[in-house]
This record gives sequence, structure tokens and C-alpha cells, in this order.
Amino acid sequence: MKQSNTDKIKASLKKRYAKERRFRLYGLISIAISFLFLLVLLVNISIKGLPAFHQTYVKLDVTIDANVLGIDKNSDHEALFSADYSIIITKTLKKMFPDVKSRKQKRALKKLVSNSAAYDLRDAVTANPNLIGTTHSFWFLAKDDVDVYAKGNIDRNLAETERRVKDFQLAWIDQLEKEGRLKQRFNSRFFTSGDSREPEQAGIKGAMVGSLLTMLVTLSLSFPIAVGAAVYLEEFAPKNNRWVDIIEININNLAAVPSIVFGLLGLAVFIAFFGVPRSAPLVGGLVLSLMTLPTIIIASRAAIKSVPSSIREAAYGLGASRVQTTFHHTLPLAMPGILTGTIIGMAQALGETAPLLMIGMVAFVADIPQGITDPSTVLPVQIYLWSDSPERAFTERTSAAIMVLLGFLIVMNFLAVLLRKHFERRW
Amino acid sequence: MKKLALMVAVGLGTIASSTVFAQSRDHIDIVGSSTVYPFATVVAETYGKKTGKKTPKIESTGSGGGMKLFCAGNGINTPDITNASRRIKKSEFDHCQKNGVKEIVEVQIGFDGIAIANSKKSAPMNISRKDLFLALAKNVPAKDGSEKLVLNPYKTWKDVNPALPDTKIEVLGPPPTSGTRDAFVELAMEGGCKHFAFIKAIKKTDKQEYKAICHSIREDGSYIEAGENDNLIVEKLEKNPKALGIFGFSFLDQNADKVQGAIIDGKPLTFESIADGSYPISRPLYFYVKKSHVGKVPGIVAYLKEFTSESAWGDEGYLTDKGLIPLSKEKRDAMAASTKALTPLVL
Repeated sequence: MKQSNTDKIKASLKKRYAKERRFRLYGLISIAISFLFLLVLLVNISIKGLPAFHQTYVKLDVTIDANVLGIDKNSDHEALFSADYSIIITKTLKKMFPDVKSRKQKRALKKLVSNSAAYDLRDAVTANPNLIGTTHSFWFLAKDDVDVYAKGNIDRNLAETERRVKDFQLAWIDQLEKEGRLKQRFNSRFFTSGDSREPEQAGIKGAMVGSLLTMLVTLSLSFPIAVGAAVYLEEFAPKNNRWVDIIEININNLAAVPSIVFGLLGLAVFIAFFGVPRSAPLVGGLVLSLMTLPTIIIASRAAIKSVPSSIREAAYGLGASRVQTTFHHTLPLAMPGILTGTIIGMAQALGETAPLLMIGMVAFVADIPQGITDPSTVLPVQIYLWSDSPERAFTERTSAAIMVLLGFLIVMNFLAVLLRKHFERRW
Repeated sequence: MKKLALMVAVGLGTIASSTVFAQSRDHIDIVGSSTVYPFATVVAETYGKKTGKKTPKIESTGSGGGMKLFCAGNGINTPDITNASRRIKKSEFDHCQKNGVKEIVEVQIGFDGIAIANSKKSAPMNISRKDLFLALAKNVPAKDGSEKLVLNPYKTWKDVNPALPDTKIEVLGPPPTSGTRDAFVELAMEGGCKHFAFIKAIKKTDKQEYKAICHSIREDGSYIEAGENDNLIVEKLEKNPKALGIFGFSFLDQNADKVQGAIIDGKPLTFESIADGSYPISRPLYFYVKKSHVGKVPGIVAYLKEFTSESAWGDEGYLTDKGLIPLSKEKRDAMAASTKALTPLVL
């Protein structure tokens, strides 16, 4: 008996439905897996990084003794600035814990508060010399070990030899806590100071400003050049010309070149030949704009191409010249796409470290850069440097810095989406 | 498209400003060893805070990379100081001379010990440098005692030395670009290598061959290159109590609750054993100053003074908190005096 076509289809229908269901399931699984990875990453970083946004402070009642410092209210700024304030901090601590006798314990006692205490005190006194001779309460930064303990990251029940904080130090911390001299505060220093080798003093501002300056240089160079190139290639370049084809292929190839190569190029051309200072946002921005150029050119060309030719023809029909058509009609309509491409290219550049290694931006820079020729680092470099530091307290700061960088990237990508949504036109 | 024109103007402005770099620099520029980096940065920061001047910029380029930059010339674009976890080589010194960097001031700042460590969860290792050589070298003397080199056959520590535990040889260490690796190879591997008289004899006839034998690390997976990040090695040791790791003393000091150093040739790894020189795998740390830049770049003299002050590199200075093993008092005094006088190095 011959099977009719309908029967054949009916027989295979079940199989086909099952195939579709299976395919949907695969899709769901892939999404679930990628989402899971993202979630694990974010949760892991947040758990590690969140404690860094709080910092332990210690309250000390400091008597600013003029005799110890060798200054008085009428001393000039120079004398006030160069006096050794750490003696006063040590004296205050000794007064609070009078039983401390052994050399080892005396050394440990100084390490209850960070060494920034002396500089904080100096700044307070130079700002207001009337403080000399009086007693005042100050909240000073606690040393990293105290901070790590206060955040519950050191187990008291471990044997003393296996702990970084010894029994006698725990007794001091307990006493401080009982007297209400220990407090956790929001870590505003993290956002207002530059890098430091003392974890409790280290901040991200230097790297943030460095990133900002570098991005500024990158944007102001790569955006006009890339858009210019894209407009020429799309609107003015002769079609089917061999040279144009070669240029096109090379731009596409450049987008795939490993970023470290751009770093080497920057070292050889900008630093060695033009004498641009090493480690500065200027040279970093130059190198990164080389890297982002192809990305923006490709995105811009796609955006310009998607503007329908009816727009151009209408403009020509009304007697507009080619330049007028391009700049009055095509380019404004292509702008949302161009901007999206630019922001994504910039976000890529923001997270880049490899090319910066070659041009000396992977460096310890404690001061906050004031201009594009000052030495500076950028956010991802700061993360790398902290992750490589021996001090335990840097782990949480590393994660906190990653959170800041992720925040920047999310804002930039969100901006790209917003721009697209706002200016998008359908034809 | 006025906006576009403005953007172009800004872009051109940036390029234009780049051509008018001042021919001077107001911060000290330091490059060099990643081992000295943690110490130099602390001094730089203290200098910056104490004086209120610009904090020196420090790049961690490795000892060799630092020397290359340092010796490139006398221009203001070249670094003022380079850190090194070994002494300057004759070839590097000659290279410097050739490029016009005539007067170099050498400052030895202290010592660093290299730890062969494992997790605290397992028993501490007690090994000799000879064991280390046999366990990690690419080619080792044959087991039958003949003077022949064979591809390293040892699988467990017990194979190497019956007194050692019966665990797989698994060592996490730095890659060849690292100064720590250089020092480990030179001090530990070569130290063990010398125990074999016939290999030692090769040194006299063929230095290259001798180096190739003593300095080559096996590549069959027993030595795992764990990257330059020492924190990562500590973390991996904690997860794998059977493995050993190689890193600087300062990391051991900071993670004393997680890892412990092995006893090498009967000498435990402590602050004191490195300071008195009895721990065999320790090395001196240096930095080198370009004398021609003193006076041209502000602050170099003050930075040197800060580095060579007792509050920094002394027995109780802040550098010892970061894991530096200080020089003896006499040596420190002599070094501080020659640094102050900026006595140039003669090789």
C-alpha cells in the first residue's frame, strides 16, 4: 500500500516537535550556564570586596605637647610641617597601655594605628596651630591587621603561632573595643586618596583620574579620526578601487591584532621617537586610540551604511552637494550607531592593561595625576598591582577595585543602550 | 557639525601640547626588580609624605629590564634609579659606560630569602640543595652512580632521598622572567649541582655546558610555572598540601598562618638565619643611582637619605615590617656613608 504524503508528515511530526523542544532546552541551558558563571563571579567579587568599603578607626586622645615637638604656636609653617608627630602618637599609645614593657610588644603597640596617624595629626596642626598644647580626640585609621581582625577575618581560636594577631594584641583590641574607641566607618579614603603600600591607606582615586584622563585623550583622538575615515570610506571613496579594498582589509585586520602589539608600537614610536614622557595618560591615550580606531571605524561604517539611500537621494534632489548631504543628513542619522560603537570601543580600552605594560603605566604612583603628562596608572593596572601585593588586607581592596571598574563598564554600556534607544530611527 | 570640528580641535590640541614637553622632570623615576619593588615603594611613599614633595614613580620591570632602561643614556627621559635583586653584571656596567652613564652609585639595601614552602596542613620539609637539584633538574646523574646524565627519572621525593616523604614531586614556582627564579636556580639548583664532582669538573672545561646542566629545570610537569603572582602560589599551596612552592620571604612572613618554609641544608628559614647568612638560598638586594641626574631631578638626595636612614632600613625600621632582612650595623653605616658621598661604582 502506498503511504499518502499526509501520513508521512503525520508520522514525522512528533519527531519534529521533539527536535524543537530539545533545541529550546539547549538554548535555555546555555543561558542558564552563562548566567550562573556571571552570578558566581559577581557574588564572589562582592563578598570579597564589600568589606573594603568599611574601614576600622581608632580613637586616641592626643595631647599635642609643644616641648616634645619642639614647636610652638608661633612657629612657621615649615617648622610645623617637619616636626616628628609620630612620637606623640607613640606616647599616647604608651599612656593607654602602661603595662607594655618588652621591646617586641612596644613595636607591636605602634602598629595599632596606621602610620598615617602622624601625618593626619601634622595636617591638623599645620591647619590650626592653636591645637598645640591642648588635648584632643582624633579618629585615626587602624592598621591593616587590626582592620582584618575587626572584620572577622582572623580566627581567634587558632593557635597563637598561626595567627598574625598575637594574644597580647587581641587583649589591646578588646580593651579598645570595650572603651568604645574602635569604630567601623564608611571608607571615604578609598575614593579620595591615591595608591599606598599600606593597605588601610590605599585608595583608588589616582587610578580613576588616570583612567579618566587616558580615556579623554583616547576619545578626543580616535573619535574624530575614526568618524572621518568611516565617512570618507563610505561616502567619498571610489567604489571597486583596489587601494580602497586594501585599506578596508587592513582596518579589519587591525581590529584583531593583540593589544600588546600596540603597546610595543607606542614604545617605539611615541616614547623612543617623539619623546613623549613614559607612564603618562598622554602616551597611554595615544596607544589606546590606535587600538580603538578600527573598532570605531567598523561600527561607524556599518551605521552610515544603514542610512537608507532614499535620504541621500532626496537631499541630492533638492540640490544639496555631497558634503552637505553627508554632514546635514547622513551623519546625524548614523550618529546613534557611531556613538554606540565609540562607547563600546572606549569600554574595551578602559579595561586594557597589556599595551600599558610596555609604556610604563604599570607603576607605583602615589600622587593623583594633575594633567595628561603626569605619571599615572589606570583602574585595571591598579587591580593587577594590588592583587600582587603580599599584605593580606589588599585582597579585599582588589575586589573592591574590580567592583569600581565593573561599575564604570556597566554605566558605559548602559549609556550606549540608552543612546541607541533614544535616537534610534526605523525606516 | 560644529561639534565634530571642536573635537578635532581638542585632538590636535593634545598632540600640539605633546611637543612642548618641558626638558625637566619634577618626580624621581625608578625602575627595576619586582623583589625590591615592595621596599622601594614604601620608602618612596614615606619620602613623599614626609617632605610633601612629589612621590617617586616606581615601575616593576625586573632587574634585567630595569638595567636596560637605566643604561640607555643620560637623557631626562631615562630613569634615575634602578632596583636589582642581584649585583649589576659586568656586561651591563660596560653597556652603561658605552652609553655615557659613567658614574653609577651602588647601594646595597639588605637581603631577601627565598622560601621553599608548603602548607601548614602537612609536615615541614627538611631537604638539602642536592635533593632539590635531583628533584627539579632536567638532566640528573644516573641512579647507578655512573658519571652519566639521564633525563630526570624521579617521581616522588622518596625516590630522591629515602628520608623524604613518599609524595609526588610537585613544585609551584615563578617563570624564567622572574628574578626569584634566577636566584633559585643560581643558589639552590647550582648549590646542589656542585655536590657532584664530575659536574663541577665540567665548569672548568665548559662553562656553558655546566650552566646548562645546573640551571635547567625539568619540563615534564613536576615543576609548575605559576606566574609572577606569589599570592596565587600561596593560595594553591593551601589547596594542595602535598605541593611545594617557591617565593620570596616577605610572602612567607605575611602568610605565616597558612604556609611554612622548608629547612634547607639543616637551616630553618627565619629572619635571623637570613640576616647572618646561614640560610643558603638568600640574596643581596641593591639599587643603582645615576649620578648625573643628582641635582637635575629634585629630591634624589632626600630619597637616598630616607632609604639609608635607620628608621627605614635599620633593625627596627619600617622596611623590616615589609620583610626586608637588614644588613649588619657596620655595613649599613659604611653603605650610608658611601651613598651620601655618592661614591661611583668601579667594577
